Amino acid sequence: MNDTITLIFKALPFILQGTFVTLKIVAGALLVGFICGLALAVGQVYGRPFLSGSVAFYVWFFRGLPNLVLLFLFYYGLFPLMGLDVSAFFIAVTALGLRSSAYQSQLFRGCIQSLGEGQMMAARSLGMTRPQAVWNIILPQALRISLPGWSNEYPILLTDSAVTYAIGVMEILTRGNLVVSRTYQPMPIYMTCALIFIIMNYGGMKMLHLLERRLQIPGFGRGEH
Amino acid sequence: MAGEIILKVRDIHKSYGSTEVLRGISFDVQKGETKVFIGSSGTGKSTLLRCINQLTVPDRGQVWLHGEEVTHSGKEINRLRQKIGMVFQNFNLFDHLTARKNVEVALIKVRKMNRKEAGDKAMEELVRVGLEDKADLYPAELSGGQAQRVSIARALAMDPDVMLFDEPTSALDPELTGEVLQVMKDLAQNGMTMLVVTHEMGFACSVANEIIFMEKGEILESGSPSELICNPRYDRTKQFLNKLGELYGDIGRQR
Ligand SMILES: Nc1ncnc2c1ncn2[C@@H]1O[C@H](COP(=O)(O)OP(=O)(O)OP(=O)(O)O)[C@@H](O)[C@H]1O
Ligand SMILES: [Mg+2]
Repeated sequence: MNDTITLIFKALPFILQGTFVTLKIVAGALLVGFICGLALAVGQVYGRPFLSGSVAFYVWFFRGLPNLVLLFLFYYGLFPLMGLDVSAFFIAVTALGLRSSAYQSQLFRGCIQSLGEGQMMAARSLGMTRPQAVWNIILPQALRISLPGWSNEYPILLTDSAVTYAIGVMEILTRGNLVVSRTYQPMPIYMTCALIFIIMNYGGMKMLHLLERRLQIPGFGRGEH
Repeated sequence: MAGEIILKVRDIHKSYGSTEVLRGISFDVQKGETKVFIGSSGTGKSTLLRCINQLTVPDRGQVWLHGEEVTHSGKEINRLRQKIGMVFQNFNLFDHLTARKNVEVALIKVRKMNRKEAGDKAMEELVRVGLEDKADLYPAELSGGQAQRVSIARALAMDPDVMLFDEPTSALDPELTGEVLQVMKDLAQNGMTMLVVTHEMGFACSVANEIIFMEKGEILESGSPSELICNPRYDRTKQFLNKLGELYGDIGRQR
């Protein structure tokens, strides 16, 4: 028992360094997914048929592939073929981020469409251009509505980030594995990893919840009055 | 009242698929005039108003504001629309903005006023509709009547030459209708040019210079309130007015 505790404490600093890598992957992928997802949603809702169709294809493609397959395609295929020598970390963020953007785009699209055309008509009737109306009127509302659903992306990406182990990114699981291969003590180490993931998940969800409350529009939702 | 003609509508046609919604609508609007549009559901009243500021693009026909063509105006439409205020049946207030910000936002983004100027102007308009004390409330915290008055203030802030009202009171409880109609009456008396789709005949009788009866995408007949209500030329108009009377009480009732 004491040996196990000693082992965990000795391994912990090494594994904990992986939390920063994991966090960077998650944050990076969330950001890529958010920006691309938002652009895709706007393109799909307001674009001409060709653009909407292209977005639909993109979404279909990225949602149809398992994470691991996408990661390998990028790692062994796409980037080498383009002659780009980029880090495994960069590939992890790109692959997970683009995949997330496909999911996020559909979330944003739903929220934009739920606003109804009245908001756009009112904005245009005041002389706003379409981009002005989208930026000042549609997106601020759609993004607020999307936040509860968007919170899902965090635990999904957090847990998905572990697959980047397969291309050797030095995140939590990769580091855990390295320790296991030296100590042959899988259970305590993987349980340590599991605990770290769970704590990170809890902390992140707490923060998102606070954000959701701060962005609440008075008189809407929650039924406070 | 032989004033200057500020809005000309000529031969507007609009179809959705195979349904012809508007079948050649023409009329002139003089400065300071109030025209009221009535007609049964689905005759294209809303579509007509939306064609005037090009929220719906007509298939055929033209609209001129002050001699400048609004139809086929390309990018200029964004400037022209500022001069054509619009008030919607279900308000369409921007739910994420306070009453004051609802009025401000286009002043800042479209008219490029600075915040101070826009804020002052917004307050001025809210005072005009009697809502200065609600400036910091969000749409969801306003009553229907207050929300509609904010949306009127929002349109007025752009200093429009003409205001379009699409059934501004039909989403409101009867008690709240009066406060919105009062604001509209004041506007009319202060010389605003207005096109109003409404079935509030009390309002129409006391404010309208002309009532236009639309039927199946056409103007069937039009005239001053007394002409149209006391002496409708067509049976169809008479029937419609009778039906309104049954639904809303005596025609000509004043609020
Ligand atoms: N975007 C649209 N696409 C297809 N059909 C439409 C569209 N907008 C309106 N219509 C049709 O055009 C017709 C006229 O509609 P409109 O809303 O202009 O009537 P209205 O006179 O305002 O009726 P109401 O009194 O019920 O408001 C209706 O038959 C409606 O179904
Ligand atoms: Mg209508």
